Amino acid sequence: MALGSQSLPSRASVAPLSRVRWRPVVRFAILVLILAVVLYPLIWVVGSSLKSPTEVSSNLSVIPKNVTWANYPDGWFYLNKITFGRFFVNSTIIALATVVANAASCLLAAYAFARLRFRLRRFWFAIMIGTLLLPGHVLIVPQYIMFNYFRWIDTPLPLIVPKLLATEAFFVFLMVQFMRGIPRELDDAAKIDGCSSFGVFRYIILPLSVPALVTTAIFSFIWTWNDFFTQLIYLPSVESYTVPIGLRLFVDSTGQTSLGPMFAMSVLSLLPVFVFFVAFQRLLVEGINTTGLKG
Amino acid sequence: MALTTTPTTAAPPPSAPAGGAPRRRRNEARAREAAAGYIFLSPWLIGLMVITAFPMVFSLYLSFTNYDILSTWDMVEFVGFDNYVRMFTNDPTFRKAVVVTLTFGLVAVPLKLVAALAVALLLNRERRGVGFFRGLFYLPSLLGGSVALALVWQAMFSRSGAFNEFLALFGIQGKPWVNDPDWALETLMVLAIWQFGAPMVIFLAGLKQVPVELYEAAAVDGAGRWRQFWHVTLPMLSPVIFFNLVLETINGFQGFTSAFVISNGTGGPVDSTMLYTLYLYTKGFTEFRMGYASALAWVFLIAIGLVTVVFFSTGRFWVHYSDGDGN
Repeated sequence: MALGSQSLPSRASVAPLSRVRWRPVVRFAILVLILAVVLYPLIWVVGSSLKSPTEVSSNLSVIPKNVTWANYPDGWFYLNKITFGRFFVNSTIIALATVVANAASCLLAAYAFARLRFRLRRFWFAIMIGTLLLPGHVLIVPQYIMFNYFRWIDTPLPLIVPKLLATEAFFVFLMVQFMRGIPRELDDAAKIDGCSSFGVFRYIILPLSVPALVTTAIFSFIWTWNDFFTQLIYLPSVESYTVPIGLRLFVDSTGQTSLGPMFAMSVLSLLPVFVFFVAFQRLLVEGINTTGLKG
Repeated sequence: MALTTTPTTAAPPPSAPAGGAPRRRRNEARAREAAAGYIFLSPWLIGLMVITAFPMVFSLYLSFTNYDILSTWDMVEFVGFDNYVRMFTNDPTFRKAVVVTLTFGLVAVPLKLVAALAVALLLNRERRGVGFFRGLFYLPSLLGGSVALALVWQAMFSRSGAFNEFLALFGIQGKPWVNDPDWALETLMVLAIWQFGAPMVIFLAGLKQVPVELYEAAAVDGAGRWRQFWHVTLPMLSPVIFFNLVLETINGFQGFTSAFVISNGTGGPVDSTMLYTLYLYTKGFTEFRMGYASALAWVFLIAIGLVTVVFFSTGRFWVHYSDGDGN
């Protein structure tokens, strides 16, 4: 923290004493102001979800005058036949399956890349890094035709099966980076004790990779929960809708939006991600750092 | 797989000559490791072939046809470069989509990174509460890509939305921002910039790695805050800036959800929010012109590839690696 003028000899810091005292206060005030602007939309949607229909369009304040919970059941039972509960179940199934599939398949691939020597390893690794930058939208048309041929449209399979095949290169890369930090001496010790490559994986890499697995699991869940593009394409009928697709039902009908129920269901849809954020904040922040920096 | 399975079967004979045994054992271990490598790699390899490589080739083929999902395969005609020619000569919406996407990427991404760096610099000076601020600034990056937030944005920037009521406090007459062709894209940009938390976290970690001695040396040489920032912070941070720039630009060109939700899937008003991916979706999945959509996809892929090449070839001139280690 000894940056700039603070680190100068004391002689220099005597004269602008008042300035040195004020600087942190101003800085803190700016940070609080930015934070208020950043958090405003989130607080606003929570507040709006608790307002009555008349108040939602007239009251600017984020705090409702009269708190009403009616928007929540209204939103939940917005469609006559299908409740939002169905959408939440669909979203949860897809998200949890993706978490397991990503964690397992990417761990296997990462172990091969990080620890095992085989022909063409560098070549495959370069390809893997290449797919990291490959825009997913480029493949969506042929993938759709392929999954349509398999009769997988309107099932969760097009969303889950690719994840079983370690197609999320980001997580492979994250785990490779993580495994490079595990001391090789542990592998060697296990090998001397008679472990094969599978044994090393089972008894050394797997238990020590738990932090990377947790990071992968959390990001997989959040990204799948928020995903819209693929779910929009592969899940056309209302029974198989997920939460993001379901939310659009509030807008679809002739532009007349039922704001209150829409805000209520929006808040519910953000809640799981928010809970993950509160519970795993440190891991999430460290997760983007390990992939982002220590390359 | 085939090239690795053969050596594993070669077990050493029981009475091997004294000198050859260790080497053979080593070779055998190496072959076993190679086989294990391909076994562990096999899910990824299958995925690469079936989910990535085959669709890529398939989509290249489709881009030269008039295929749509409703026609049977014997109705598919090979049309040569027709799709590509039409795109560049006779498709105003394509041109509009390119302009909209470039505008979005070239304006929103730099602003987002400037915001991220500015807040990271402020936060880096803070002694206490860094974790608290960092976490809350990061929150929009987790939530912002969702449909829910796009709906919130649409409501906030509509005619009677919260933003206009805020402007009214200062006597400013607002607009129906999301329905105004001149302002709808700007609304999307604000939503993108609002998610500055993720690059900020990466900047913050980068700032922590800048050696304090460099600042001390600069201060001794009489450099003020501004020159310290310009001659110490920025060069030392350039690998992180480069990383964020590449990542955010490539992501920025692929924005879809917010544009789709705010324009209700149309790219409107008057194609003002027609991001490239949204146009691709419209052609492929609402008009079902999948041959044309595949041609659009390949042009997009080549464009993204060119952008990446430009980044990495110009990066040499301004990215400074203090340890001489790339990436």
